[in-house]
Parts: sequence; structure tokens; C-alpha cells
Amino acid sequence: MKNKIVSKEQAIATMHDGAVVMVGGFGQVGTPLVLIDEVLRQGYRDLTVISNNVGEPGKGLSRLLENGQLKKAIGSYFTSNRTVGEYVLAGKLSVELVPQGTFVERIRAGGAGIGGFYTRSSAGTLIGEGKETREINGELYVLEQPLTADFALIRAHRADKLGNLVYRKTARNFNPVMATAAKTVIVEVDEIVEPGELDAEAIVTPHLFVDYIVERGHEDGRH
Amino acid sequence: MADIKHLIAARAARELQDGDIVNLGIGIPTLVVEHLPDNVDVFLHTENGLLGVGPAPGPDEVDPDLVNAGKLPVTEVVGSSFFSSDHSFAMIRGGHIDVAILGALQVDSRGYVANWSVPGQAILGVGGAMDLLIGAKKVIVTMSHMTRDGEPKLVDTCTLPITALRRVDKIITELAVFRVTDEGLVLEELMPGVTLDEVRTKTTAKFTYEVK
Repeated sequence: MKNKIVSKEQAIATMHDGAVVMVGGFGQVGTPLVLIDEVLRQGYRDLTVISNNVGEPGKGLSRLLENGQLKKAIGSYFTSNRTVGEYVLAGKLSVELVPQGTFVERIRAGGAGIGGFYTRSSAGTLIGEGKETREINGELYVLEQPLTADFALIRAHRADKLGNLVYRKTARNFNPVMATAAKTVIVEVDEIVEPGELDAEAIVTPHLFVDYIVERGHEDGRH
Repeated sequence: MADIKHLIAARAARELQDGDIVNLGIGIPTLVVEHLPDNVDVFLHTENGLLGVGPAPGPDEVDPDLVNAGKLPVTEVVGSSFFSSDHSFAMIRGGHIDVAILGALQVDSRGYVANWSVPGQAILGVGGAMDLLIGAKKVIVTMSHMTRDGEPKLVDTCTLPITALRRVDKIITELAVFRVTDEGLVLEELMPGVTLDEVRTKTTAKFTYEVK
């Protein structure tokens, strides 16, 4: 059996400068904060992050931004982090704003081998400008492209040693879909158990999507 | 202002029917559940992955993994379910949400809403607003009638970027209730103590008046 259980240092050491990285979480909920801290420590630069938010000042992904490690952010809601606005105005970060439903569906398409899809979201708005449109059943739709990444850093509640994952409450959010859309998937979990201990009916992410499992240490606590 | 918010929320609550699946935006919409009639139970959907949102927890009951779309701690009711964001937005886009209640910066005489881009600020957030507007079966706007600067929010044509090509269904302010039709806005109800003249003075959008 391939061993997927590694330290956070080993897992993040597989990354590189200039990587495109999906990061799970909604706000700080379900965000892989231990893995983000390790990316900060190892110091990769010119990263493009695909994440719904870019943390909050001093927290989560914002720490990478404030450390000059991010080049571009693709997501739906950066308003609550004023630091993002400052970096954008200073020309130090480019952003691509995507309606949240379109954002997650683009990732789903990327992970599912779908070449794109049409949605009514953003049709006729500022965000939809320049997108290819098509009228379907009398309504205007825009064409959206799939999103994929080099790495996905995700957070789950429990993993078995094969990499099957279960989540906890609203900490699930973007994590399962991001697990499908990156070449290398690194998951941060509260607990690792033996295969067979997770209810097969309750597994949300089957193990084939997961490359590395990092168990949060007691010292990691809840950020 | 708190009274005005509750006045609007209470009126919006009367639009809901027993068993509705409802998505609430932040601000006034979150107050709607406090005003539900006794014979009306609804299921609250939050786009970050929960159907069955319960009230805010007590200080000792906060679960950091359980929040609403405003990132505030919530609880789960009996019969609730958790799901991923892609599934959640399939529910929204796919027309499975009965009612979305949301705030707005402007609504115009066509029924188009502007509620995502704040004037004078870099555009850095859209969240789920566009998806909810195109996807929900019924969209109700709850908002104060005027801006803080005393400018009408019901305008002829939105000067702020619109959120979707979909027209909202109903607009509820502290002064009046409007319905959106193919012909434009119809004022269908004045709030208690409000005169038609007052609404006319504070509204730049064209509307017709229908006395019930």
C-alpha cells in the first residue's frame, strides 16, 4: 500500500515557485491553516491562488499575501480583507473575480474533464463583459472555462490511511471539489484512522483524489 | 433604524409560505426568521453548505465548523443536511430555492437590482449574489428606501453595475411594497402611516399605484 501519510514539511516541499494552488475553505472555516503556515515558512513565491477568499488581515492566505508570495488570486469575495484592496491598488496582486457558483462549477468542470459550461450567472453584467454568450431557451448564458491547478491544499475532518475523507459540517464547502481538480492534492486532517473505520456510505472524497495526508498536531490547535 | 429594519423584515416574513426553502442575505434578511407567522415553518439554506440553519448559538455552544454565509456562528435544526459548495450552487442555479431575500444598493424601474459593487471602491467581491438572483424561484429585495445620504434607491435606471438580467419579484422598504411586472413597478401597499406623496417624493423610479 502506498504511504500517503507525511509531515507537513514533506507535503509542502513538493510545491514550487509559480505554482497554481487551490485552497479550500469559506472564510477561515474548513481552511487548511497548518498547510498555509508551512507554505509561508517554505517561502514559495509567485503563487496563483484559487480560493473563495484570501483570508483576513493577518490570517490564513492573507499571511502569504502580506509576505509577498502571491501573484494572482481567483475567487469570489475578497472585500472583507482590506489588505487585498491595498495590494491590488499598489499593482502587487492581480485578481480575477468570479461569481461563487460559477467559481465552484469551473473547478468541478476542471476536475470532471468538462471543457466548459454555460451559465446565466454574470450574463449582462460587468463581470460577464467579453465572455462568449449564447441564448438558450430564450435566456442569455455566458460560456465559462474550467479551472485546474498544480496543487490543492484542502482540509477534512478524518482520513483513513488510503486517503478516503469525511468532512465536518460547513467546513466541507470547497474542499471536496478542489480535491478533484489539482495534479497534487494535500489534505490536512484532524485524525487518521485505519481503512474500514470510516463508513463507506459516508465518505465524501474517495481516496483516488488524495496524494498526501497531513495530520494536524496537538500544537496546531484551532487557528 | 433597528425598528425600520424589523418593520421591513416583518413584512417580508409575510411573503413566505409553509415549507419554503429560503436563502437569506446578510443584514435585514437575517431578521426575517424572527417574524415568521406561527403556522409557517421554512427551511433556511445557506450557500456555504447547509440546509436547515438554526438560530445563533449560545456562547458555550459555538461550533467553529458551523457558520452561515455571513461567516457568523449558527446552529443546525433537526432534519438538516450538509453539502459541498458545488452541490449548494447546483441547488441555487437549478431553481431549487423557493425564495431568496436580499439587500440592494439600487433597484430600478425595470426591476433590475444592483447589490454587489459599492461606488468609489475597487470591485473585489461578488460572492453568491449573481447566482442567487438568476436561480431563485422568487427574489424579494428588502432595503431602506433611501441611502444614508438621502438619495432614492428606487431609481429609473441603475447607475451602479447591475447584478443580473433577472428582474426581482418584490421590493419591500419601510415606506412601501412594490411588485415588479412586465410593465414596470407597481406600488401595491403603503406601510402604516405613509402617504403616496411621501413615496413619490422619495422615489425616482417610475411606478404605478394600485390600491388594494
